[in-house]
Amino acid sequence: MTTRKEVTVGIGGAAGDGLDKSGDTIAKTCSRLGLYLCAYNSYQSVIRGGHIWLRVRIGEQKVYSHGDELNLLIALNQDSIERHAREVASGGAIIYNSDKLKCDPMLVGDNVLPVPLPIAELTKPFGRLQPVMQNTVAMGAMLYLLSLEFEMAAEVLADTFKHKGEAVIEQNVNVARAGYDHAKEKFVPLGYEWNFTRVRRPFITGNEAFAIGAVAAGCKFYSAYPMTPASSILHWMANHGAKCGVVVKQCEDELAVANIAIGAGHAGVRAMCATSGGGFALMTEAIGMAGIIEAPVVVIEVQRGGPSTGIPTKTEQADLNQVYGASQGDYPRVIIAPTDTTDCYYSAVEAHNLAEKYQLPVTIISDLLLSEHPETIEADALRHDVPIERGEVVSKWPEEKGQFKRYAFTKSGISPRALPGAEGGMYVATTDDHDEEGVTISDVFTSPPMRRKVQEKRMRKMEAVIKELAPPQLEGPVDADVTLIGWGSSKGVIHEAVAQLVEQGVRANQLQIKYLHPFHTKEVSEILSKSKRTICVECNYSGQFARHLRAETGFSVGDMILKYDGEPFEPHHITEQVQAILAGQPRPTEVTMDEAREMAYHYIRVHLADKVRPEKIEQVDGDGRGEALWLVEVVGRESGAKEGELRIGLETGSIYLWQPAGALIAGAGSAS
Amino acid sequence: MAAVIELPIAAYESVVEPDWCPGCGDFGVLRALEIAAGRLGIKPKDLVVVSGIGCSSNLPGFIHTYGVHSLHGRAVAVATGIKLANHDLKVVITGGDGDGYGIGIGHFIHAMRRNLDLTYIVMNNQIYGLTTGQASPTTMKEVRTKSTPLGNVELPINPVALALVSGATYVSRGFSGENKHLADLIAGAIAHKGFSLVDVFSPCVTYNKINTYDYFRKRIYKLEDEVGYEVANVEAAMPKAFEWGERIPVGVFYRDEQPTYEDCDAALRNGPLVNQKLGLSKTSFDELMEEFM
Repeated sequence: MTTRKEVTVGIGGAAGDGLDKSGDTIAKTCSRLGLYLCAYNSYQSVIRGGHIWLRVRIGEQKVYSHGDELNLLIALNQDSIERHAREVASGGAIIYNSDKLKCDPMLVGDNVLPVPLPIAELTKPFGRLQPVMQNTVAMGAMLYLLSLEFEMAAEVLADTFKHKGEAVIEQNVNVARAGYDHAKEKFVPLGYEWNFTRVRRPFITGNEAFAIGAVAAGCKFYSAYPMTPASSILHWMANHGAKCGVVVKQCEDELAVANIAIGAGHAGVRAMCATSGGGFALMTEAIGMAGIIEAPVVVIEVQRGGPSTGIPTKTEQADLNQVYGASQGDYPRVIIAPTDTTDCYYSAVEAHNLAEKYQLPVTIISDLLLSEHPETIEADALRHDVPIERGEVVSKWPEEKGQFKRYAFTKSGISPRALPGAEGGMYVATTDDHDEEGVTISDVFTSPPMRRKVQEKRMRKMEAVIKELAPPQLEGPVDADVTLIGWGSSKGVIHEAVAQLVEQGVRANQLQIKYLHPFHTKEVSEILSKSKRTICVECNYSGQFARHLRAETGFSVGDMILKYDGEPFEPHHITEQVQAILAGQPRPTEVTMDEAREMAYHYIRVHLADKVRPEKIEQVDGDGRGEALWLVEVVGRESGAKEGELRIGLETGSIYLWQPAGALIAGAGSAS
Repeated sequence: MAAVIELPIAAYESVVEPDWCPGCGDFGVLRALEIAAGRLGIKPKDLVVVSGIGCSSNLPGFIHTYGVHSLHGRAVAVATGIKLANHDLKVVITGGDGDGYGIGIGHFIHAMRRNLDLTYIVMNNQIYGLTTGQASPTTMKEVRTKSTPLGNVELPINPVALALVSGATYVSRGFSGENKHLADLIAGAIAHKGFSLVDVFSPCVTYNKINTYDYFRKRIYKLEDEVGYEVANVEAAMPKAFEWGERIPVGVFYRDEQPTYEDCDAALRNGPLVNQKLGLSKTSFDELMEEFM
């Protein structure tokens, strides 16, 4: 137990259980009290059912990730108790509806308080209630246990249900109070002491920050095709477009999305679109078009687990190769990987400025973690009066100056634009390569020297772009023993891992890369040349950034910490692997006991209709299967009686034959 | 409304000579477009001609207006973005049957159901010309091409019928061998408020030896010459759209005034986007941020 100034609450249930609403109320309550939050929602691609696991970390000091610990579990279904009860740390509590759910003492750790709530009895005075109201009772109990202010939660509920009228507000507040009072009567608080500063801070996701940042920067056009995890940008824009003067266009596909945005950008409006990896694949040809016709456009690629449909509601950083490799040919462009929520806001601003000043496509590469997780940011972190730099635009071209040269071969490579409608500036923006006037050189007028000079002109713009981008800085002592290298969203979690390492006696520092293209080759090379030992931390299988770094600098990282199970890094994942690397241990690939349990749950869901659950898990020898096994005893959900066994390969993760209890042959069972 | 000051064809003449084969139907379309624009008095600076890729899509290079020679199949999408950014501009899309009815057919259909105020001129030669003579989406059944040496086994797309069921509010067909008539259709299309299609029989003299000038001259007749044809009746238009063989109709199949997309989008109420002030005031910003508190 570190200190009672920080708590992580987990809410587990099925899709449709109303988890997000409860999470939102808890978050807003804490945020308004002046606490910092960072939340992460592990959800599945189903609308009802499935397992949803929302974690909210709350602290007096800024928290940079959803953390390592679980201190309080609110279980909305049996599954959540079984899967998460044992994760609750000493000093914590488990809140559940005791009318419907059972909390097996076997699952409850030492010094963890089970908090059964007799929901029917507690809510009886309020008449017939929606089943989701059990969440509100649980939240009431939580407020008491965590020594949070009930009045603030009541205020948040009042705001949330304002549109539904007084009666609904009153009902919600009463139900929450029933939970609060019940906890007060039966239990003692868990020992949290908070200093409520009541500083009002935004609790916001990366996608929302992108959207507002873009609008603050003058974005007037947004196009999209629905795709997780980019859709919440579309939702924000759709809800606020009319008010903010933004045309929000849902299109037939991502081909249209990108091409329409480029059309709008070409015509002089700040335009943006967003998608995930699959949609971005459809956009790539258009991005090359923006490059050659020199049209400004901002594209946000929010990565999820790939390839193909992959794990559509899970996070990954494996689209770097795609974004970097987008479109045929060489063309000027910028790729920005924002490193935190506040940075999402300013990256959107910067992207629009770069796109117009340098007349090129700017891709922002985010991921599900950064885009969808909400956190509190500093009260004054986001400013409305951001710089808006539109670049050189010709409003009128006098006839006596001859044909307007839209692609004039200037020293900077930037050729002033004439927007359609400008007097005298008529030209054709053509995807065939062209001369200064925009006349094609591809067909009858092919001209090798012209092609050479127009290509050089376009690419010359990159020389000015790189000078404008802030080079990355090393965080922490220069002479540290280990340098952790990350890119984009992992800044916060690596920051916390570095702090943990220092506590553990390992001197570490951090190099976080934001600008992927153009790349600060000189600066990064200089930093890394002084590093004693480098470890690249990435959420993908192959170390795409490590490869990119090698290509840009010639520097090969010493080791890599890679994660590709769909869940984001928690600080301990990184520190444990850093320690293992320093101890010279090979990268672990074996199925852990926790993973074996999750795999057993998967098998049970698919083949055994959720009627049983994994109980005891132990490691046994392979018995002729060529690998050691996890032997999972499976028991009835209701009866607790043994129903059979599953054997899971430690190395391959293969689930060998399911053996019902009746058919068990001592120590045997042939491989499937 | 101010009186229209007509402009001469010369106002739109580009320094670049078209690179089409001598006799190509597209020459007639270019000329008809210039006549139509001149008749409507559209200043070259206010006209944007957007194309995709293909022989006919080279057209923006041969007319002195603003233009975008975009990607294969994406002209309608690019034009949509331009129109939404600045709906004071007249936006005309030009391209071929492969570009519009093949690779770009999705955008074509969706632009029509949006009823954007765009004019789409499709130079339909029923063949892929720039890639030297493969079957196109409008190549007739059994026709032999480089890619269908044993005869095409697919039914051709019926662009007029497709436009009628997709919500286009001006659906027409012309023939590049009838220049004056075609110019009338194009002028009508540009003047029309809403999505207008002008499908044009524009013979490929090099690769399509079947659907020639003669082929069409023998068969076409004008809908406006049909006694009692109701141009605002989609049910009357549909059988005409399917007429093919000895007699092939040209002219306006259907025309109706409906609200355009630009009329309906709340964000366009204060005029073209391109003229709007950028950024957020402190008050609006604070209001937006309040939702996160």
